[in-house]
Amino acid sequence: MALKLTQSEFETERDENKCISCQVCVRQCSNDVHEYDSDQDTIYSDNLKCVGCHRCESLCPTGALKIKERDSQFKTNYNWSPDHLRNIYRQADSGGVLLTGMGSDKPYTVYWDRILFNASQVTNPSIDPLREPMEIKTFIGRKPDKLEFKKNKNLKNKSIKLKTKMYPQLELSTPIMFSAMSYGSISFNACKSLASAASQFGTYYNTGEGGLHKDLYKYAENTIVQVASGRYGVDVDYLNKGSAVEIKIGQGAKPGIGGHLPGEKVTEDISNTRMIPEGTDALSPAPHHDIYSIEDLAQLIYALKEATDWSKPVGVKVSAVHNIAPIASGIVRAGADFVTIDGLRGGTGAAPQTIRDNVGIPIELAVAAVDERLREEGIRHKASIIAAGSIRSSSDAIKAIALGADAVYIGTAALIAMGCHLCQKCYTGKCNWGIATQDPYLTKRLNPDIGTRRLLNLLRGWSLEIKEMLGGAGINAIESLKGNREHLRGIGLSDRELTVLGIKHAGEAW
Amino acid sequence: MQERPGDDCMKRIYIQEEYCIGCRLCEIYCQVKHSKSKKIIKAFKEELVDIMPRVLVEEIGYNSFAIQCRHCADAPCVEACISGAMQKNKNTGVVTCDEDKCVGCWSCIMVCPYGVIRRGLSSGKIASKCDLCVDEEIPVCVKNCPNEALKFIEKDEDKKDMMRSKNEKKK
Repeated sequence: MALKLTQSEFETERDENKCISCQVCVRQCSNDVHEYDSDQDTIYSDNLKCVGCHRCESLCPTGALKIKERDSQFKTNYNWSPDHLRNIYRQADSGGVLLTGMGSDKPYTVYWDRILFNASQVTNPSIDPLREPMEIKTFIGRKPDKLEFKKNKNLKNKSIKLKTKMYPQLELSTPIMFSAMSYGSISFNACKSLASAASQFGTYYNTGEGGLHKDLYKYAENTIVQVASGRYGVDVDYLNKGSAVEIKIGQGAKPGIGGHLPGEKVTEDISNTRMIPEGTDALSPAPHHDIYSIEDLAQLIYALKEATDWSKPVGVKVSAVHNIAPIASGIVRAGADFVTIDGLRGGTGAAPQTIRDNVGIPIELAVAAVDERLREEGIRHKASIIAAGSIRSSSDAIKAIALGADAVYIGTAALIAMGCHLCQKCYTGKCNWGIATQDPYLTKRLNPDIGTRRLLNLLRGWSLEIKEMLGGAGINAIESLKGNREHLRGIGLSDRELTVLGIKHAGEAW
Repeated sequence: MQERPGDDCMKRIYIQEEYCIGCRLCEIYCQVKHSKSKKIIKAFKEELVDIMPRVLVEEIGYNSFAIQCRHCADAPCVEACISGAMQKNKNTGVVTCDEDKCVGCWSCIMVCPYGVIRRGLSSGKIASKCDLCVDEEIPVCVKNCPNEALKFIEKDEDKKDMMRSKNEKKK
């Protein structure tokens, strides 16, 4: 056991002139990196245990700490990158599947960064959102094939009434929702922050597959409940405590893979919420064992619609895979009111690293392909498209909408707003920021009042930026931007990529 | 003694123990506040022997909370004080120790039901306790609590808050 080939990835640099030995770092690190030596009144740090979460650095009152990537270098090798070497060392140590958390960090093309948004000049006026009304409200759900009106023939009252019966809709004050993160994968305080921010802002959060804690029932009007392959916590009360139901087939970080919440995390509260015995592993199967075809999916969709009295939209979440366009078409034809597509870079609480980094396709291409296909088939109005999987900024969101999405889901961005530093160690359950953990010592580090406030600020900031960009492009309603790809131009993209995205290259005019 | 701007001294410090993360930054900033230099690095490197934190973090397992003088309505320390150093402000109810008058008999320490009065280290004889940082807008422990577990609020609104969070827990 003496031979340890794994090397520390990070280095804690302590400025002894500034360190006052107050031991805040010692108390805050759940990985026991820092240790106080009372004889010498000095703090020693074990770099090997550091995961680079920056908790100690953030709380250090004198700014004495700095966390750096360790600059010890392997011999330069184009083929065998340090990541490959480290992974092999880790795997040769453990013999297991390498786990990781959050979204893929591999350098695949981020198409958002290769797409530019338009603005008005001379030929059409831009709009100042601070002075003129700007509508970013949007609706998720099936839209009718056509609208029929009833005219009142009374001469005195010539009002017109809508005759068509509308399908149930979700009303979003901003086209941004919080994506599915289960109670179990994240802490109760994190769930509560998301729920309360969604309800105060007039948007929605998603329960994930872990059921719904009774304390969060009061946010029902802003809750999307998920039904996943494990069916944890699903009963008729649960379904009716949501404003919409989402059937989860797959997740961007791990398409084709189920989930595994280790028994240690299944505390009393979580066992009640998930409706499983305390301390047992919560294993979500890879497929739904009652869905082996589009017809089977249709059965579940209609079963859920029936169970909720046809009062809520029922959608389906899939990860973006190679045949996403026909899959989405099938889902819409199966009766889904919205389709959530989760891209390659979507986050997770735990996934095999090799799956996360190598399976799926980027969300930009998937949204473009799905929107195109549904339009071609004349069924685009039958379902809303929600784009997910690494929406990092308001500009990513607005580009997704211009590519054809109705709204976006943010997961990672929401966690970052609450303190996450993307150390990708969610699967260890030792999250120093109190987010991806169930350890009572750590969960209280996220005060839901602070979490809610920060999430609200994020939503507000992004919404203002969306309005600014819309106004600049001379558009006064988000609905007018939906699928409006003329407002996008690619930069540094090949013809093939531009064709799939359905956009022109920068410099090409209409 | 300086009064707080706007004289909102009926405010008190309360802890939401469910959000106290036991980092003890409240203690550290209290020490800095009551140091000569008020500079954190200098205070700790050169003046530490002279200052005690006036707020204490109590901890058992994952439960922790910061506690400081409760400024009791019927402050026993004021009754017990033999020299008249411990006084309660009639308007604001804040209990303070006049360090010039304190003779270091420790009667206050003996009677304090919360154990939040300590021997001030500087001269050995001064009783050291929370003074609510009267010259600050809000006390430094509250201002620097990274998780907003410490609140500086009026008693009534606070009671409502606490009741609400407790009721939520019971549900």
